[in-house]
Amino acid sequence: MTMQLKVNQRRLAFVHKLSRRWLAKAGLAVCAGWILGASAEVNTTGLAVTDKEVTVGILHSVTGTMAISETGSVQAEKLAIKQINAAGGVLGRQIKFIQEDGASDWPTFAEKSKKLLVNDKVAAVFGCWTSASRKAVLPIFEQYNGMLYYPTFYEGLEQSPNVIYTGQEATQQILAGIDWVVKEKGAKTFYLLGSDYIWPRTSNKIARKHIEKLGLKVVGEEYYPLGHTQFNSVINKIKLTKPDVIYAIVVGGSNVAFYKQLKAAGISLPKEKPLLLTISVTEDEILGIGGENMEGAYAAMKYFQSLDNPNNKAFVEAFKAEYGNNIVIGDVTQAAYLGPWLWKAAVEKAGSFDIDKVRAASPDIELTTAPEGYVKIHPNHHLWSKTRIGHALKDGQYKVVHETAELMEPDPFPKGYQ
Amino acid sequence: MSLNTRSLKTSMHSIKTVFPKGDLFYLAVLALFLGVLLPMTLDIFRLNMVGKYLTYAFVAVGLVLCWGYGGILSLGQGVFFGLGGYCMAMFLKLESSDPESTKIQSTPGIPDFMDWNQITELPWFWEPFYSLPFTIIAIIAVPTIFAYIIAVAMFKRRVGGVYFAIITQAIASILTILIIGQQGYTGGVNGITDLRTLLGWDIRTDSAKYVLYYVNFVCLMACLLIAQFVRKSKLGRLLVAMRGREDRVRFSGYDVSSFKIFVFCLGAAFSAIGGAMFTLQVGFMSPSFVGIVPSIEMVIFCAVGGRLSIFGAVYGALLVNWAKTTFSESFPELWLFAMGALFIGVVMAFPSGLAGIYKSHVEPFILRSWQKLKQAKPQPPEPPTSVPEKAPPPKTTPQNAAQPHPIVLTGSISPVGK
Repeated sequence: MTMQLKVNQRRLAFVHKLSRRWLAKAGLAVCAGWILGASAEVNTTGLAVTDKEVTVGILHSVTGTMAISETGSVQAEKLAIKQINAAGGVLGRQIKFIQEDGASDWPTFAEKSKKLLVNDKVAAVFGCWTSASRKAVLPIFEQYNGMLYYPTFYEGLEQSPNVIYTGQEATQQILAGIDWVVKEKGAKTFYLLGSDYIWPRTSNKIARKHIEKLGLKVVGEEYYPLGHTQFNSVINKIKLTKPDVIYAIVVGGSNVAFYKQLKAAGISLPKEKPLLLTISVTEDEILGIGGENMEGAYAAMKYFQSLDNPNNKAFVEAFKAEYGNNIVIGDVTQAAYLGPWLWKAAVEKAGSFDIDKVRAASPDIELTTAPEGYVKIHPNHHLWSKTRIGHALKDGQYKVVHETAELMEPDPFPKGYQ
Repeated sequence: MSLNTRSLKTSMHSIKTVFPKGDLFYLAVLALFLGVLLPMTLDIFRLNMVGKYLTYAFVAVGLVLCWGYGGILSLGQGVFFGLGGYCMAMFLKLESSDPESTKIQSTPGIPDFMDWNQITELPWFWEPFYSLPFTIIAIIAVPTIFAYIIAVAMFKRRVGGVYFAIITQAIASILTILIIGQQGYTGGVNGITDLRTLLGWDIRTDSAKYVLYYVNFVCLMACLLIAQFVRKSKLGRLLVAMRGREDRVRFSGYDVSSFKIFVFCLGAAFSAIGGAMFTLQVGFMSPSFVGIVPSIEMVIFCAVGGRLSIFGAVYGALLVNWAKTTFSESFPELWLFAMGALFIGVVMAFPSGLAGIYKSHVEPFILRSWQKLKQAKPQPPEPPTSVPEKAPPPKTTPQNAAQPHPIVLTGSISPVGK
């Protein structure tokens, strides 16, 4: 109502300039327009919503180096939208999407997000993958009051009113994983390794704090530039320091080189001496690395394709029906799939597409049909979720060997870990 | 009295030297197109995008002088664009990181990315960027001095041609790695994001975007005037001569390296202004403008526009970027192929770019139409605005007739002035 008044005032001020006689007529016309249009009630802020359709945006890289990672997210979001439409849409409206390409280039993400919000007036955007792309679009979403559903596990240290984070923040991935190797495998020493940017660095910082709190030891910590392919020196150091666990957060194409060189150097992962625990290799990455190179490693995620529950079976089946039998589904792909469903639930709870109302309705939204099981939105806009440990098999899938009993509370600004 | 008229004559004469009729016409058309036509026809969102494209035009104009005239192919112009942009971004970031708005950080009052990287006080080299005058000087001075060091090291040792191109490319690569690696000081791969105000003036509003567009426009025009002056001065002739036969110029007693150093620094300064304007208009800066790929892209803008035409360079930057946006909006998954086709097409069919197309196809057509119009009417109201190369109108002075054509510079090094 207040929004309506505001818009009304603005319009009146504009009309006033033209002439006084117009004022009454135009005011009447504007009011009549609102009364007649049914979409007005669920959309008081001029979003692209008609009586039959609502427009949303999909913003991922489908070209450039990130395309290989982000394609899964695009597929998942399109699948979710298709399923929602088949089930009657959102508030009786079919979802129409406008897809834009971020081209693995952060400024392009910024430009395209602005286009979606300002030109297309989309009701929500599902997109971004890397932290850098999210950081690039964040000021735009905050300025133009858009809503972004961000699927990737990330470093935390952020909590925007204009973003719903459907992936895990760092503590949700790290703490339970380390606890598990310490308890089940008796690990005492750790070697931390990562690509050189904010997510691996922040994650390793949390990991190190946690390891040291447990009274255990970090014997080495190294970072390599994105795209780095020479890991021989670090592999030698690992051989020298003999850690119990290699904690690896290598991303993108570097993974292929790292795991192949590890194997070539005689470090056999199935022997678990040392054991390898990663938070960056999903089933998608194993496609590139090769199952035989990854076999025996452990990964801490919230979702694995092999998860055994009815929701996931239906999801995997639908995904394969849509995109072919050979497709694999990684953690982020599942998180991206949650985006449209969470948005639908929030819109229906709010009874409106207005961003402010959707935001207000978002906390405590539950999704019992999520492939990962059950998720709930925390007031800090992250999801409650479980941490699971997967053991990599030769066929490129993970076998789930452990899962936390309780849902982990998201904590993007973890006290004592900064 | 006679002295006065004489000085007036010489000044008129020098204006004519710097601006042969054709060039004045091109400049006026460009000014009308950018300053009047585009702002009138485009909404602010698209106009802001044009403003962004035009920041690349600064680089392209610099490249016309360096590469087109001087024959110095630099594949590292992104370095200077980036340095200028980063200087601006540092100032804006400091302003938006006041203790009030950063109070959730462990160290309030420093940029957010420093806090994420456990830096607890502002590094010394950030301190001066609290001052706007210093920043403005630094935007030009830092890249120019850097260019000077590179150029002195290279040209004094007579390193040129392909070797120079490779070295500039290496520098672009090194700087990117440096920026990404030192993320505590530079923001790493995310860049410096979330820039809001300039001395309290919100640069994200629509009215600010208009103002910035025009500031950008005026700066670009100023750079074009400087470039035009260089082109038509003795220096411009020497550059062309050096491009053709460097030894002959050296044997004539000129210090070739000084001229090369000068033109390279000038190109760097132009790029830096473009970078700073980019940061202001887009609201962030990231290492993705510094590396090899954007640097080569900038050479492409110049090649598409026509590497011998400073006006062509502006149109080239506009056309390529406009095509990039349009293609990627319409075909998010195929647009890169369209871009590739555009480049190949232009380079194969029109080696001298847009300016070449204009010269060989458009201008003769216009002239023919003029001729017809002239024949139809017994008394033409005005002489033609464009001067045909082979048929100068009888009224022009010998001085003017001897002027080489703005585009077709076949190395006539006739002395100009006294």
